[in-house]
Amino acid sequence: MSDTVIPVTTRKDWSSDQEVRWCPGCGDYSILAAVQLLMPDLGIRREDVVFVSGIGCAARFPYYMNTYGMHTIHGRAPAIATGLAMARPDLHVWVVSGDGDALSIGGNHLIHALRRNINITLLLFNNQIYGLTKGQYSPTSEVGKVTKSTPFGSLDHPFNPVSVAIGAEATFVARTHDMDRKHMMEVFRRAFEHRGSSLVEVYQNCNVFNDGAFGEITAKQNRDEMLIPLRHGEPIRFGAEGSRGVVIDGQRGAHIVDVADVGEDALLVHDETRSDPSVAFMLSRLARGPHEPTPVGIFRAVERPEYGEGVSRQLAVAQKERGPGDLETLLRSGATWEVG
Amino acid sequence: MTNTAVPATAPEVVDRVIIRFAGDSGDGMQLTGDRFTTSSALYGNDLATLPDFPAEIRAPAGTLAGVSAFQVQISDHDITTPGDAPDVLVAMNPAALHSQIGRVAPRATVIVNGDAFDDRSLAKAGYSTNPLRDGTLDGFTVYEVPMTSLTRGAVEPLGVKTRDAERSKNFFALGLVSWMYTRPVDPTLEWIDKRFATKPTVAEANTVAFKAGHAFGETAELFAHRYEVHPAKLPAGTYTNVTGNTALAWGLVAASQLSGLPLFLGSYPITPASDILHELSRHKNFGVRTLQAEDEIAGIGAALGAAYGGHLGVTTTSGPGMALKSETMGLALNLELPLLIIDIQRGGPSTGLPTKTEQADLLMALYGRHGESPLPVLAARSPSHCFELAIEAARIALTWRTPVILLSDGYLANGTEPWRLPDVASLPDLHVEFATEPNHMNPDGSEVFWPYERDPDTLARPWALPGTPDLMHRIGGLEKEEGSGNVSYDPANHERMVRIRAAKIAGIADHIPEAEVTGDVDDAELVVVGWGSTWGAIDGAASRVRRSGHRVAQVHLTHLNPLPRNLGDVLRRYPRVVVPELNLGQLSRELRAEYLVDARSVTRVRGLPFTAAELELAILDHLEVAP
Repeated sequence: MSDTVIPVTTRKDWSSDQEVRWCPGCGDYSILAAVQLLMPDLGIRREDVVFVSGIGCAARFPYYMNTYGMHTIHGRAPAIATGLAMARPDLHVWVVSGDGDALSIGGNHLIHALRRNINITLLLFNNQIYGLTKGQYSPTSEVGKVTKSTPFGSLDHPFNPVSVAIGAEATFVARTHDMDRKHMMEVFRRAFEHRGSSLVEVYQNCNVFNDGAFGEITAKQNRDEMLIPLRHGEPIRFGAEGSRGVVIDGQRGAHIVDVADVGEDALLVHDETRSDPSVAFMLSRLARGPHEPTPVGIFRAVERPEYGEGVSRQLAVAQKERGPGDLETLLRSGATWEVG
Repeated sequence: MTNTAVPATAPEVVDRVIIRFAGDSGDGMQLTGDRFTTSSALYGNDLATLPDFPAEIRAPAGTLAGVSAFQVQISDHDITTPGDAPDVLVAMNPAALHSQIGRVAPRATVIVNGDAFDDRSLAKAGYSTNPLRDGTLDGFTVYEVPMTSLTRGAVEPLGVKTRDAERSKNFFALGLVSWMYTRPVDPTLEWIDKRFATKPTVAEANTVAFKAGHAFGETAELFAHRYEVHPAKLPAGTYTNVTGNTALAWGLVAASQLSGLPLFLGSYPITPASDILHELSRHKNFGVRTLQAEDEIAGIGAALGAAYGGHLGVTTTSGPGMALKSETMGLALNLELPLLIIDIQRGGPSTGLPTKTEQADLLMALYGRHGESPLPVLAARSPSHCFELAIEAARIALTWRTPVILLSDGYLANGTEPWRLPDVASLPDLHVEFATEPNHMNPDGSEVFWPYERDPDTLARPWALPGTPDLMHRIGGLEKEEGSGNVSYDPANHERMVRIRAAKIAGIADHIPEAEVTGDVDDAELVVVGWGSTWGAIDGAASRVRRSGHRVAQVHLTHLNPLPRNLGDVLRRYPRVVVPELNLGQLSRELRAEYLVDARSVTRVRGLPFTAAELELAILDHLEVAP
């Protein structure tokens, strides 16, 4: 592509001709809208974008984007995207996954993609339930959850996706939710602009099998008291008129306080660029589930060499030092002898 | 090296010899065998090798479990196997002797390291009395050489510590056998200097030990004979000695160059396939990207992702990894993207025999996926053949936009043979045309790209790379509507798509060579049908049977799916069909099902290649049965 002018597009240009087939009222619709609305603003061409997904409700996402897309198999999207991103650093590779896809069957691929810092933008739609298989508990479901496969309540301790990602030392980790388009778009943009692996957990309502799972914190009237906005460089505070905040002390780690009790200066100033993931991890542990004040926004955004760049650099160095490969020379690189 | 002493008699000329080096895993027997092989190759012999080592890196020293062996046959004529029973066994300790003596030829020469036969070592090897004294070796020509002490004596003056000095004893053994078989010494001495360039003390110790072994042969009156195997009369050309895994890796690099597509290998370490990953990761100047993935599934997944992006995607593995990759193979065949899946078979099931050979993955390769999911399957017949077959696998994958399974095995992977290097200019052109424009017109006249609008001849679908303007499309594992590629649950469409995918693979048969019959083509009493690494042993056995007055034909299959068009006619032409395989009869089952012929199985599953002798007997047995 020699012409450098990016054509002006609208949401319509980024929408495929396929009928969207999620259940009416599904949170996936608002996430799709946020992505389609954001795309025209990113300064990229549709043909340079690939959406890769695994299996699950969220995994149908690529069919609805007028970009290149690959709907693959359960849990493997990060692995497949790894190959694509390594092979084609010129592309913008997005991965769309769910809590079962990314954290259960595909948990291994997820953490390895994150630690390698593959250049992908990974949206993890967390609805704390298996939707496509009609209502079994997921690796993010709360203990005691009664579902078709756990009539006596589930015994499994859940994963916190943000904690898992920070534990894998992902270089970009964020959380948003399907009830706030503006917040989603802001976070998705930052995730897209980050070089390396970006993981965004999106709290997403499954109105059929797990309706209202996040209502306690994401409903409009609850947000002030229950969502803790993380803003880089600002003290972490929330609640009516910022009356509550987060402090770190040596004995209890990060915890929530009344600002009036400790004073403003005692509040933790959010720094998403700390290379040590410990503070970001502590923030991810503030809420034990979506029924306590929960941080949203960008937990961590640090610089680390992106994997594909490293691969390309090694190739370039080898070609510079040894010259482009020559097959004839390769075949004669061992001991040879002549006959006749 | 100065050859001052002249042997008492001129070397006796023999046409071939089979030597087996055996010792503890830590004794360096693979290295010793490999060096002997290389100097023989450079000398111009034809040869074939069989490394035979345990899965444990270092089993307890001196035990039977820890014995590592390397067999090589060198010859003055064209040979195809590492030979059956060794003519010479070099045993570095009692365990090596105990585990190997059963396979050597009657009246063979047995060279043992006498120093290693102390009571403790004998007990560890399961001997209650000393086999060197109790008549166990009656009938063999036994040379008891105190290799440890002679090596120590030679090396210690260099100031090397005793323990380190003793570690050079494999070079003493190599020097001794090199003398016995009149091998050139310079290649080995040069190799030692190069290999141990950063460790001059080790280089010197090994050089001195090698020379001491050589001199011992010359001067000790122990040895009655010295032998010579003249160079073989091979076709003119430049030769090198390759293992199957190296040839395969080079074949993949060649396929990348010939297609103009960058090579991408996604792989997880597994014996005996890892050497392909090692080799390819060295060749970054060819633009080769390698990913040591987190698991087998990620290995093939990343390769498929790269293939979607326009690279030549490859994954390498062995049986247990093949099992893990099967779901992604199904996806790749549904996406109809080119992908190479390379299975270096080993003994199974489960972890099985990681370092031993077997051919028991054939049915898995043909059928081991859910749904109707045919894939092309190829099998290499010799180490050097792996080169050619990697290119052939890429040709099929790229032309028909399909994953292709290429089977090799542990024997080919690690075994070597001299390879006449191909003329690079004569290798096939694998150039690929990517889709660049819409290929379908909607009823309203608008032009669109249909990812499943097929080429009428090959039934292959177009390959449109991300980054190509106006061709944005979505593909996936769900059934697709014929042509448009949109998700479709329509019953008639599914039936059509299943049959189209099957027809596409079956149609490849029109573009592969017909089965070639060799031997007594016109009037054979029996045809031997083989596939893969059994080629050498079958060829040797069939020649022997012919020499005993019978008429035998041979067919060796490279393409196992689809099978060559003429195969049914060929099999029906002969009264008896015998199929030797290192499994319980997988190809014979295929041939029976496909052609309704009475294919008789000859099967072995010991983790070892067939010997020509056992196949000769098996063929003779079948000849006695009325057709």
